Amino acid sequence: MAKVIEKAQQEKEALISGSEAIAVACKLADVDVITAYPIRPYDTVMQYVAKLVANGELDCEYIVAESEHSQFEIVKHASAVGARVFCGSSGVGWMYAFEALTVTPALRIPMVAMVGNRALDDPGAFGVEHNDALAVRDLGWQLVWVDSAQEALDTALIAYRVAEDRRVFLPCAIACDGAFLTHSQSMVKIPPQEWVNAFLPPYNRGDLQLHPDNPITIAPQVNEDWLMELRKHNDEAMKRSRDVVIPEAYRDFERIFNRSYGNPFFEEYQTADADVVLVGMGTLSMPVKVAIRQMRKEGKKVGFVRLRWFRPFPAEQLAKTLSRFGAIGVIDRDFSFGAPYVSGVVATEIRAALYPVDKRPPLLDFISGLGGREVTVPDVRRMSDMLFAARAGTPQPLTTWVGVRE
Amino acid sequence: MMADAVETLPTQQLEAFKGVKKVPLEEYFTSGHRTCQGCESALVMKLMVKAAGPRTIVLGSTGCMYVANTTYYSTSWVVPWMHTQLGSSGSAGLGTAAALKALMRKGKMKEEPINVIAFCGDGGGADMGLSAISATLTHPQYNVLILLYDNESYANTDIQASGMTPYGAHTTFSPPGKVKRIMHTRWKKNVAGMLAAGHPESKYIGTVCASYAVEMMNRVRKALTIGGPTFIHSLDPCPKGWDYDPMLSHELGELAVNCGIWPLYDVENHRLRLYGRTKALAEKRARRQPVRDFLVRQGRFAHLTADDIDYFQAKIDEMWDKWLLPGVLPIWKDLEVDNPPAS
Ligand SMILES: Cc1ncc(C[n+]2csc(CCOP(=O)(O)OP(=O)(O)O)c2C)c(N)n1
Ligand code: SF4
Ligand SMILES: [Mg+2]
Repeated sequence: MAKVIEKAQQEKEALISGSEAIAVACKLADVDVITAYPIRPYDTVMQYVAKLVANGELDCEYIVAESEHSQFEIVKHASAVGARVFCGSSGVGWMYAFEALTVTPALRIPMVAMVGNRALDDPGAFGVEHNDALAVRDLGWQLVWVDSAQEALDTALIAYRVAEDRRVFLPCAIACDGAFLTHSQSMVKIPPQEWVNAFLPPYNRGDLQLHPDNPITIAPQVNEDWLMELRKHNDEAMKRSRDVVIPEAYRDFERIFNRSYGNPFFEEYQTADADVVLVGMGTLSMPVKVAIRQMRKEGKKVGFVRLRWFRPFPAEQLAKTLSRFGAIGVIDRDFSFGAPYVSGVVATEIRAALYPVDKRPPLLDFISGLGGREVTVPDVRRMSDMLFAARAGTPQPLTTWVGVRE
Repeated sequence: MMADAVETLPTQQLEAFKGVKKVPLEEYFTSGHRTCQGCESALVMKLMVKAAGPRTIVLGSTGCMYVANTTYYSTSWVVPWMHTQLGSSGSAGLGTAAALKALMRKGKMKEEPINVIAFCGDGGGADMGLSAISATLTHPQYNVLILLYDNESYANTDIQASGMTPYGAHTTFSPPGKVKRIMHTRWKKNVAGMLAAGHPESKYIGTVCASYAVEMMNRVRKALTIGGPTFIHSLDPCPKGWDYDPMLSHELGELAVNCGIWPLYDVENHRLRLYGRTKALAEKRARRQPVRDFLVRQGRFAHLTADDIDYFQAKIDEMWDKWLLPGVLPIWKDLEVDNPPAS
C-alpha cells in the first residue's frame, strides 16, 4: 500500500487506485468470504485482497474459484448462511457468471460485487465499456457507477449497508471504469474502523438464514402458483431501496464520515445556470468537466449530470432535473444494437423517464469512448455544439457516434 | 499431518450402523415429494440425510430431486435445504462450508460441526458441474460431501441422454430410428474413478447403490466423518427413464452390481477397497452375471440386437480383465513401453 499520512480526526490518507480502495473497504467491512477469478481489469481488487489476507489484515475465507460461475455461486451460498461476501468480475467474466447473477437477486441474497467495466469479447479489448454491468439491469441487481477511488471506497461501504438492509436484501454491483478508475491512483481518505462500525451494522439474515437451527427450504419450485408474487416482492424491495434505504444510508454516511455526496443518485456539475446539459456515468466526468470549464470561459453555459445509481433508477428526480435545460446530451459508453432510435442504454432509459414530464427538451445520444477509447475534450465540445443547435431549433440526429473513424 | 495453512473444522463423528436394525427411525426427508413410484433417487435422498442426521445442511442442484421434492409450501426436507444451479453443486457446498468456517472462526456463529452435503444428478454433476466439483475436491480445509445421484439421464427434462447414459440407451435425445438403431454411441463416464485419480486432497471417494442401503448410509457417514471435500457416486435405477416396472428398482440395482457394470468401491485415505458383491466378483468368489440379464429388463434397451448386447458385454469384460484397477481405472494393465526406434 502507498505511504500513509496520518491526518487529524483519525482519518488516514493514502495514494491508492480504485481497485485498492474497494479492497480497503472489504477490510473495513470485515467481509467473511471472498472469491476471486482472474480477468482484467477488475482482478486488481483481488490482488490487493489477497495481500491483505496474506498479511493478516483481512480475516476472511478467500477462495480462488475455477470459473466466474463458481465464483459467484460460492459467495451466493455463503451469503445464504449469513456470511458477508465480496466478489467481482469484468467483461466476459461477468457474462460467464450470468446464471449466478440471475439467481442471486431472485433469492434475495445480499452481495457486493465490483465490476471493472470492460468491453465484451469478441474481438478482445481490455478497455472500458459499460455493457458488461448493464447486462444485469433487469434482474434485481442494484448498479452504481463511481468516478473516483474515494467514491469507490465510500460507495462500497454504502453498498453493504443498502444490500444487507432487510428491507432490500438485493445484491449491489459497483461499476468502475476499467483502467481509468481501476488502475488510476489518487489520494483517498481511509476512515477509521470505529466510524465504519457505527455506519455498518452486522449482516443479519434473521429467519432467512440457512442453518440447522432454522431448517428452512430455500427456493422450492413455485411455477405459476407463486412466481408472480415473488417477483412483486423484489419489485417492492427495489423501490424501498430507492425511496428509503439509499437516501437513509447517504444521510448517515454524511453524518458519520463528514463527507457529503449531495443527492445520492446523481451529481450535478455547473447546472445551476446551464442552458444545455450532458449526462453520463463513470470517469468520463473528467474530460466533460474540463471541457465545461473551457466552454464556460467562452460563454457557453453547459452543465453536467453524472448518474451514479442506474438501478434503482431515479427516474422522477432525474426527469425533473433534466427537463429544466434547453437540450440534453447523453453520453453512452455502451451500445444497444437495434434499440429505439439506435441509442445506447442510458439514453433510452432517460427518454423513457422523461415521457410523463410536460417539458421534454430535445435529447441527443452520443455513443462514445467504447473499448476504452478516450472521450476527449474536443469530443465533448462537439457534443455541446450539437446541443446548442438543437436548443436553437435546428434538428440534430438523435444518435451520433462520436470519436469513431468513418 | 496438515500443513499450518490448512485449518479445518472438526467433523461429526458418525459411527457405522451395525446392521439395519440399528438404523434410527427418524426421517429428515419425509412426505411432500412427488417423485415417480419406485424412484430410487428419492430413496437415496432419504438414506443420505438419515445417515447424516439433523445437524446437516443440504444443497441440491436442479433436476428431479429438486423439482419433484420441493414444491412451494410442501417441502419434504426436515433439515435446512437450498436449491443450487444445475452445475453448481461443487460451488454450493464450498460456499456453504466456507461461510460456516468463517463465521465460526470469527465468533459470528456458535461453533459446532455441521455436515454440508451438496447433491447433483448425473447431468448436473458429471456433465455441467464437473469442473466445480473438481475444484471443490482440491480444497482440503472445507468439510463438504458431494453426492452424485446417477439416474443415467437428464431425467427431469424428460429423459435426455447425458454423459452418463449407457451405450445404446433409448432416451428422448437418442431414439432408435429406421436408419440409426443406436443414436447414443458413447460409453458412460467413469466419474468416481476419474475424481479419485485426479484429486489427491480428497480423503474419501466412493460408489454406492441404494439396493445395499446400510452400506450406502455407512459410506455417507464415513465421508462426513473423515471430512475435507469428499465425493460419493450413487447408481439409481429410474423407472421412468429406464422404462421398467417400478417394482424392479431394487433388483435392477443389484443386477447392475452383479453384472459388473456398477462396481462398488471406495478410496478412503488413498486406499482402494472393493466392497460387497464387487469384492466377491474381483476375488472370483462369485461369477459375473451376463449383462443381458440387466439389459433385457429395461425398455430403454429393447431395440438392442444380439450383436449390440455382445458389444456391451465385451466392454464390461474389458473393465474387468484389461483395466489396471478392475472397474475403477480405465488404463490398461499391459503398459506399453515407449521404445526408441531402432537406428
Ligand atoms: C443451466 C441450466 N440448463 C438447463 C436446465 C434444464 N434442466 C433442468 S433439470 C435438468 C436435468 C438435470 O439432469 P440431472 O442432473 O441428471 O438430474 P435429474 O433430472 O436426472 O434428476 C435440466 C437439463 C437448467 N435448469 N439449468
Ligand atoms: S424420472 Fe426417474 S429420477 Fe425422476 S422422479 Fe421419476 S424415477 Fe425418480
Ligand atoms: Mg439424471
